[in-house]
Amino acid sequence: MIATIETYLTIGLGHYLTVSVILFCLGLLGIMTRRNILVVYMSLELMLNAANLALIAFSRFNQNLDGQIMVMMVVTVAAAEVAVGLALIVSLARHKLPIWIDNLNKLKY
Amino acid sequence: MTIILFGILFLPIFSALSITFFSQKHPSISAGISIAISCITFLLTCVLCAMTQSQTLPIEIVYTWLSVGNLSVDLGFLVDRLSLIMLFVVTGVGSLIHIYSKGYMGKDPSLSRYFASLSIFMFSMIGIVLANNFLMIFIFWEMVGLSSYLLIGFWMTKGSAADAAKKAFLCNRIGDTGFLLGIILVWSCLGTLRFGEISNLLSTNPAAFSSLATITGLLLLCGVIGKSAQFPLHVWLPDAMEGPTPVSALIHAATMVAAGVYLLARGFDIFALSAAWPQGLDWLKFSTLDVIATIGAFTALMAALIAVQQNDIKRILAYSTLSQLGYMVMAIGLSYPIAAMYHLTTHAFFKALLFLGAGSVIVALHHEQNIWKMGGLQKRMPITFWTFLIATLALCGIPPLSGFFSKDYIVAEALHKNAYLGTIALVTAFLTTFYMGRLFFVSFIGRTRSKVSDHAKENSTIITMPLILLAIASVFAGFIGIDSYLMPHYSSQSLANTNMVFPYPSIDQAPDNWFKMLIYPFKHAPMAAILSICAVIAGGFLSFIFYFNAKNDILSSKFKTVSLWLKNRLYFDELYQNSAVWLQDKLALICDFIDRWIIGGIIIGIIYRIVDLIGRFCRFSQTGNIQTYTAIFVLGIIVLSYWVINW
Repeated sequence: MIATIETYLTIGLGHYLTVSVILFCLGLLGIMTRRNILVVYMSLELMLNAANLALIAFSRFNQNLDGQIMVMMVVTVAAAEVAVGLALIVSLARHKLPIWIDNLNKLKY
Repeated sequence: MTIILFGILFLPIFSALSITFFSQKHPSISAGISIAISCITFLLTCVLCAMTQSQTLPIEIVYTWLSVGNLSVDLGFLVDRLSLIMLFVVTGVGSLIHIYSKGYMGKDPSLSRYFASLSIFMFSMIGIVLANNFLMIFIFWEMVGLSSYLLIGFWMTKGSAADAAKKAFLCNRIGDTGFLLGIILVWSCLGTLRFGEISNLLSTNPAAFSSLATITGLLLLCGVIGKSAQFPLHVWLPDAMEGPTPVSALIHAATMVAAGVYLLARGFDIFALSAAWPQGLDWLKFSTLDVIATIGAFTALMAALIAVQQNDIKRILAYSTLSQLGYMVMAIGLSYPIAAMYHLTTHAFFKALLFLGAGSVIVALHHEQNIWKMGGLQKRMPITFWTFLIATLALCGIPPLSGFFSKDYIVAEALHKNAYLGTIALVTAFLTTFYMGRLFFVSFIGRTRSKVSDHAKENSTIITMPLILLAIASVFAGFIGIDSYLMPHYSSQSLANTNMVFPYPSIDQAPDNWFKMLIYPFKHAPMAAILSICAVIAGGFLSFIFYFNAKNDILSSKFKTVSLWLKNRLYFDELYQNSAVWLQDKLALICDFIDRWIIGGIIIGIIYRIVDLIGRFCRFSQTGNIQTYTAIFVLGIIVLSYWVINW
């Protein structure tokens, strides 16, 4: 079959997944490279949302709602996690401690 | 019917719980609850007896406790003539002793604990009596052990009481280990633990145990030896006298120690199997019954001998209990369970009476237990004196009193079957009269031997009333026909392989009125009856010569060595101390060495060091930097995904 321009313009599962992978990798990179905890947190959220996107896409293309329910779960957990994490960061800032991630290295031998 | 059974079994535990939770601070309420409930159980037992008159026995009510796969464990009630008699003894004597306890324990600060423990005991003892299978008996068997422990050690601040409780518990544990193994063997050979099914199985197929019959019997016997304090585990019973006297009367004379005999009578089908040993051991020709008879006879004789030279009034009675239990066990060994149960019943009455009488004396003498500090009590404590006299005569076996009949059956059967056992039985009867005469002449008759006995006064009604009731029972229990009541229980079982003895050729030939009953022993086996009366007279006469108005013990000054041995209980405690305890100490030392050097050495010396070394290296990977961890984590995932995808 000859590929027309329409074939490329129709957005399929692959496109969604590509975006999701890109988002995920960005998040991962952010986590691995940035020193600011707040930014690391944001990257973390990015990874979660990448997963959400993939789930939604699967849900849409498989014609069932399981993925969407899963997404609701992820969103809930993420919200809870953000609440705890931000509280920690706020607490650090209140004590005038640096919020650089490489300063948080007490859990070693 | 079911409701009554549940009531009889569970009311005592209800009493124990309510005392523990609600009335611990109010001793008199606790005593009231406990006494009331024990009397109610006695009344319920009477109702049960009346109800079962018209019904065919045995009645069995079974509940499944748990079932796993094809293993199902039942709990249930078994009501037949055997359990009814025993129930009657337990609740009857039990409630009298509950009442007596109120007077005896007086103002003890932990009266509530006392009555709670007593109620637990009643619960567990009734459980043993009503149990329909070996497992249920075992559960309650352990529970009476527990309550016995609690009550022996009731005055636990006294070192000797705490030690005695521990000793009793440990001796019972040794026996119970064998008992449990025996139960497991019964289960694996027959596939059931219910008494009814076991006796059916064994009557259709006596070889069901094949070569394990005697071993099973002997293992079950271990439990009996522990609980009924037979040789070689008899050492705990005399020490158990550290408990309060009513406890000694109820648990260590009338009921709990008799549970062993009850078990022998209950599982008689198993014990009565003829000798069968596995290959390699078949040179052992004896059967379980031979062992039972020998142990019983030996215990009877040995305990009677030791009793001759004891000076503590309760210890004399304790050894007397041992000796009488020996009689009962011997009766079982002679395949005469009816006589054993008969003697158990009469013995429960008069031995409880003896202990309660002794307790009454002890209270009046402000806890003086040495018989050489008593004396001259007949005027000062008339009720105690007369009831104690009745009990003594009953124990010795003076004809119209209950002890004569039950003992005479055993002596007659022993003489008939085995001359040695018969002689031992007669000698024991002689010794029984001798030591009881000694006890009686020294502690009750003659001059007062100390100030406390000079000031002794008769106790209040709450103590003397149970004495009088038990004295009545001790007089009449002999000829109300306990043996003929039990007869249908055993004759209804078709025992293919036993030569069980019955007091009468058939139930129709049982004496139908009390006078015929009275002279039956002389018609049945005149020789035995006359011989045992002769033994009693000889014993009584000798003790009269030696101890009437005696200042000190003539025997111990004339036969110094013998007396010393007997006084020191034939050195059994020392023997165990120097053998069993010594061996255990050495074993413990070896175990300690292995634990410390071999196990500890290997684990600490080798395995610990290796783990430590690995750990020392690996900890360098723990940098504490989250981003390093993330990087490693991602790397790991990449490797894993690659591996999974390309597999």
